[in-house]
Parts: sequence; C-alpha cells; structure tokens
Amino acid sequence: MKIMVVCGNGLGTSLMMEMSIKTIVKDLGVSANVDHVDLGSAKGTDCDIFVGTKDITEQLVAQSVVGEIVTLDNMIDKVAMKERLSAALTKLGAL
Amino acid sequence: MLKKMLTEDVIRIHESAENWQQSIEFACQALLDNGAIEPSYVDAIFRSHQEIGPYYVVGPGIAMPHARPEDGVNRLSLSLTVIKQGVNFDNEENDPVKLLLTLAATDSVSHVEAIQQLVELFMNEEHIEAICNASDVAAIRSIVEQY
Repeated sequence: MKIMVVCGNGLGTSLMMEMSIKTIVKDLGVSANVDHVDLGSAKGTDCDIFVGTKDITEQLVAQSVVGEIVTLDNMIDKVAMKERLSAALTKLGAL
Repeated sequence: MLKKMLTEDVIRIHESAENWQQSIEFACQALLDNGAIEPSYVDAIFRSHQEIGPYYVVGPGIAMPHARPEDGVNRLSLSLTVIKQGVNFDNEENDPVKLLLTLAATDSVSHVEAIQQLVELFMNEEHIEAICNASDVAAIRSIVEQY
C-alpha cells in the first residue's frame, strides 16, 4: 500500500500530515509506505491513496489522478484523519 | 527546538488585521526584520495562495504560511503571530484564524524536528487557547518554552 500526502510546496503541511498518517497506519496494523509530494508532481506519482486538504484534493480531482483521494478538513484532527483513511483502506481491501 | 527558534523578537501580537493578506504581512515581518527571509519569500506565499488556496490553514484558527527554500530563505526560522480578533482565510472549517506560524525552511529535512513539535503544540488545545488570549509576548514565550 502506498500513501502519498500532497501539499502546495511539498515540505510543510504535507510533512505534518505524513507524520500523523504514519502513526495511524501503524495503529491500524496496515503495512504502508507513506511519503509526501508537492501538488505539481502528484499526477505522475504511482500510489494507492492520495491525502490532502480540500484545496489540494480538489485539484487532484481536476487533474484526474489515479488512486483513492482522501480529503481532510484540517491536519490536526487525528480522529477524523483515522476515520477517513480507514474508509479508503477498507475500500481498497487493506483493512 | 521551538523554544530555541521562537525567541521574543519573533513573537508578535496584533489586535486585528484588515484581511488575510495583511495578516500574512504581519506574520512575516519579524523574519524580514531579522534577515531570515527576503521579501521574495512573502511574495511566494501570496503566489501559492493564489494558485492553490488557503491550504496552509492547518486546523481551527491556525495557519502556517510558508513557501519553498529557494523562494528567499536565508536561514531556518519560525515566527509566531497572534491576531486577537481573528481573520478570515476563506477556509470555512477553520476560520477565523488567530494564530499564524510562519515557517522558513532551507531544505527538506532540517525543519522536521520543528514541524514535529509544532504538531504537538497545535494538538494541545489548552496551549493554543492560552497563546491566542495572551496579553503580552512574555506570556506566549512561557508556553513556547515547554517545547
């Protein structure tokens, strides 16, 4: 399972989410590779799940990237993050 | 790490800001004053907002304006700005923003520890509330010193 966190610059907010998501997948017992990338490079990236805040995922949808897209309202709420990520992982059969 | 980076000279309190643009200017001023960033870095923050939107609003009331190292960063730095009355960033879920942490990174690894501690701080509602309601810089500094 490859999870890619996307943000505008690929070094600030995506790093923040990457840290939380690494903890969450570990909690869920899913073996996943979590990395981050900037929006400009997302399209060519091969992965199963893209994660980002609304502004970012709207653009991922517009770019029609291949993969599940998980949209977050904020980067601090780990409970919502876990819920939405679990739903995507379940859909992909990883949970 | 935060206690080393967020010294009193980079912590500022403003009663209000006219709009999100002015709050970004406020939030970058301390780093311009101490030479950590160039004016081009502020322009780059505005540009990425225009292109992508307020994606750097990280949670309820909190924004982390930043651009890329090559946009004009002289050294790894952070600044903390409180806008007491809050300002709208057109980010429904998280407006109004009261706390802005400007991040200036020189590469993609040296700021990892700072980000880790910022996440810790952002998740501590009590500390965030105390920072947003602080009446002076010393009160904010006393919270930052715990990180």
